[in-house]
Amino acid sequence: MAGAVSGRLGRQGTAHHKFDATGEAPWVRYTLITVAVLFLTLFLFVPLASVFYEALRKGVQTYWEALVEPDAWSAIQLTLTVAAIAVPLNLVFGVAAAWAIAKFEFPGKNLLITLIDLPFSVSPVISGLVYVLLFGAQGWFGPWLETHDIKIMFAVPGIVLATIFVTFPFVARELIPLMQAQGSEEEEAAIVLGASGWQTFWHITLPNIRWGLLYGVILCNARAMGEFGAVSVVSGHIRGLTNTMPLHVEILYNEYNFAAAFAVASLLTLLALVTLGIKTLVELRARKENEDAAGEAPLAALQGQAS
Amino acid sequence: MPPSISLADTPPPAAPESRATRSAPGRNGRQRFTVLPGFGLSLGFTIFYLTLIVLIPLSAVFLKTFTMTWDGFWTTVTAPRVVASYQLSFGASLIAAIINTVFGLAVAWVLVRYRFPGKRLIDALVDLPFALPTAVAGIALTALFAGNGWIGCYLEPLGIKVAFSPLGVVVALTFIGLPFVVRTVQPVLEDVEQELEEAAASLGATRLQTFGRVILPAILPALLTGFALSFARATGEYGSVVFISGNMPMVSEIAPLMIYSKLEQYDYAGATAVAVVMLVISFALLLLINLLQAWTRRHQSGARDALALEAPATSKEH
Repeated sequence: MAGAVSGRLGRQGTAHHKFDATGEAPWVRYTLITVAVLFLTLFLFVPLASVFYEALRKGVQTYWEALVEPDAWSAIQLTLTVAAIAVPLNLVFGVAAAWAIAKFEFPGKNLLITLIDLPFSVSPVISGLVYVLLFGAQGWFGPWLETHDIKIMFAVPGIVLATIFVTFPFVARELIPLMQAQGSEEEEAAIVLGASGWQTFWHITLPNIRWGLLYGVILCNARAMGEFGAVSVVSGHIRGLTNTMPLHVEILYNEYNFAAAFAVASLLTLLALVTLGIKTLVELRARKENEDAAGEAPLAALQGQAS
Repeated sequence: MPPSISLADTPPPAAPESRATRSAPGRNGRQRFTVLPGFGLSLGFTIFYLTLIVLIPLSAVFLKTFTMTWDGFWTTVTAPRVVASYQLSFGASLIAAIINTVFGLAVAWVLVRYRFPGKRLIDALVDLPFALPTAVAGIALTALFAGNGWIGCYLEPLGIKVAFSPLGVVVALTFIGLPFVVRTVQPVLEDVEQELEEAAASLGATRLQTFGRVILPAILPALLTGFALSFARATGEYGSVVFISGNMPMVSEIAPLMIYSKLEQYDYAGATAVAVVMLVISFALLLLINLLQAWTRRHQSGARDALALEAPATSKEH
C-alpha cells in the first residue's frame, strides 16, 4: 500500500499539471477535450455557421432583398411590436412576484413558485391551444367576441397573448433567487429611516437587482421574438398581417425559397448571439461587483481564495 | 474552507453571499414581522396575473376534456397514429436526453477542469439553443443533414438517413436540450472539493475510482436533474422538429404535431385529448424534477437556481 502510494507520488512528481493528485493523464485530458469540442462543433458551431452560409450563398443582393421585401418587413415590425407588449408586462409581473416571494413569508409560497414555472413545462403547441379553446370560434368566449366584433384568434392580440404565456416565467425566475439571496435588510433600513415604499424600491432594490433584471429581460425578449410553436397555432399565417419573423421563415422555407428563409433566420440568429453577448457581459459585471463586495464580506473573500 | 457557503449557488448576477447568510434566519423563520410595504399589492397582482394568463387558460384544456365522453377520449388517445406519435416523442426525447447527459457531462468537465484555447467562447455559446429560435434551429439542422447538406452528404452514402426520418427528430431534440446538463452539472462540479479527491488519491485510489466513488456521487443529483430537464423540454418541442422530421404519419410525427394537425382540422376535442395526456406527463416530470432538485440541494448546497429551465443560472466562481 505504502509502496503504491509513493509510487504514484513519484510518477506524478514529474507531471506539470496543476493538481497532481487530482488531474488526469494527458491522453485522457486531450480525449475528453476532443470529444467535447467535436460534439459542440457538430451540434452548435456547424448549424450556427450554416445559417449565415445559406443566407449569403446567393449573394448580398439577394440577402438584402429578402429583408426589405414588404412581407418580411411587416413580419419584423410585428415581431418587434409583440415583444414590446409582452416583455414589459412580464417584467412588471416578474418584479411584483419576486418582491412578494422574496420579501415576505406566506403559506403556499412554494406552490406559487411552482405555478409560475408551469409555462416552461407546457409544450408550445399546447400554449397556443389553450387560447384557441378560450377565444376560438368554438371557444368559451368565441361567440361573445364574434357578436362584439373583437378578433383575438388569427390576429395580433392572440399572438401577444400566446407570447406572454410562453415568456411568463423568465423575469420572475431570474429575480426570485436573486432577491432571496440579497435579503431585505437594506430595504428595512430605508423604510425605518423614513423612505416611502416606492422610494425604497427605486433607490435600494432596483440598483441591487439591475443585472439580474437585465438578464431576465433579454432572455424574455429573445424568446418572445423567437417563439414559433405557440404563435403558429394562434396566428393563422396571414402574410403581411399576422406573420412574425419565425413564421415568415417557415413560409419561405416551405416555398423552397431557402436563401430568403435563411436571410430572415440570420437576423434571428444575430439576435440570439447579441443575447448571449449581453448575458456574458452581465455575468462579468456581476462577478466584478461580487469581487468588489468581497472586500467587505470576509466569507466571500475566503471563498474567493478557496476557488 | 466553509463547506456550505459557495458562490456557485448564487443566481447569475451573484449577490454577495454574506448578505444571504445574514438574512437566512429571516427567510427560514415563519411569519416574521417586517416593516416592508407592498405585500398586498405585489402578491395580489402576482396572483391576479398568474390566474389570468396561466391558470384560467390551462384549466380550459382540462374542462374541455370533460365535454368528451370517456370512450371518445380513449378512442382519440389510443388511435394508432396518436400512439405512434407519443412513442416517437418520448422515445426520441429519451435518446436525446441520454446523449446530452453523456456529452453534457464531458463538456461540463472540460469547461470546469481544463484550460484550452477557445474555452471562454465555448462556455458562452453553450446556451445558444436557449436563445436561438427553434424554427431557425430546425431549418439549419435540416439543411445540414439533408442528402445534399454539409453533414448529410457524408452520411447518406453510408445508408444513414437523418433528415426526414426519426433519426432527425433525435438530432433536433439533442440540439434543443444540449445546455441543460452542462449548466446544471457545471456549478456543482466547481463545488466538488479538491481536498476530497486528493484524500482519495493519497489513500491509493486510481483516478477512475476517485471519479466513480467521490466525484460521481457528488454530481449525480445534478446530472439527473439535467437529464430530466432536457427530457422534459424535448417532449414538448415543436419548432425545430417539424422541419427535420418530414412528418410522415406513423413514422416521424411527434405528439405536438398531432395536436397541431387536429387543430388545423378544427378537431378541438381531439387536439385537447392529446394535449391532456401530454400535460399530465409533463406535470409528473415537473414534480420529479422538483424532487430531484430538493435532493440536489440536500446533497450539495448549490444548484438552487437549476430549475430556471430556459435560463439555468450560469454564474461561476473564479
